[in-house]
Amino acid sequence: MSIAAAFAAGLVFGLGLIVSGMSDPAKVLGFLDVAGRWDPSLAFVMGGAVLVAFLAFALARRRTANFLGGAMHLPTARDIDLRLLAGSVVFGVGWGLAGFCPGPALVAFGAGHEKAAVFVAAMLGGMVLYHAAERLRLNRKTGP
Amino acid sequence: MTIDWLHFTPWASAAGGVLIGAAAGMLVLLNGRIAGISGIVGGLVVPRRGEIDWRLAFVAGLLAAPALWLLAGLAQEARIEAGFGRLALAGLLVGIGTSCASGCTSGHGVCGLSRLSPRSLAATLAFMLAGMLTVFALRHLA
Repeated sequence: MSIAAAFAAGLVFGLGLIVSGMSDPAKVLGFLDVAGRWDPSLAFVMGGAVLVAFLAFALARRRTANFLGGAMHLPTARDIDLRLLAGSVVFGVGWGLAGFCPGPALVAFGAGHEKAAVFVAAMLGGMVLYHAAERLRLNRKTGP
Repeated sequence: MTIDWLHFTPWASAAGGVLIGAAAGMLVLLNGRIAGISGIVGGLVVPRRGEIDWRLAFVAGLLAAPALWLLAGLAQEARIEAGFGRLALAGLLVGIGTSCASGCTSGHGVCGLSRLSPRSLAATLAFMLAGMLTVFALRHLA
């Protein structure tokens, strides 16, 4: 049941990315290009999404279990540190380079665009690299 | 500042946003999980026991969305102007950056702002600003 719910959520999320125009990198770049001919549409995506999700999270915060009886896994991190900000800047540069963030890239990959496949493969590679580097760093810290 | 009225789609974008928000709401209320795409995918790249099936199901839904869209007879536009080299570099930076910051446009942007998290607001401002500066450098300085 929870697996079906996760699939449905992914499907609705993907449809939202398509309907909103987020899955079109040229449109995303049009939003990021505030100094050129600016397309403010994506601010409306964020507005619509936050409006609805705000209500859901207000409800979720009061619950100790989800509606299917499973555990709630809500974030606990609160610190605004160098790791958060530097990571976000690196992500933002990548976003601005091609107009893809993770969700839209996966949708465009699902639509069969081979350029999106290149982006997704590199993104997965970046994730593997980061975790490998982290493991190395932690091992060195706690090692003999 | 000039507004690109020709490509401005406030209604479609807001409607798509509502769907995204509804999907995030579904995932947190039915699965107790945050709909952060980089986090969900990251948990598949570095898998942990008992943490795989719901992630796979969500990603499968995401990948299936364009097929459903096509079946409905609708066209999906994805104008990818960047070349292969730039796409590879962009993907690498997005993978490293979102892992380091523990979130992207969905996890920090949509879910974090909806949870009124100052941490996510800081992340969102940082990646938006970096994205805008990158586009500025590429389009107006180069």
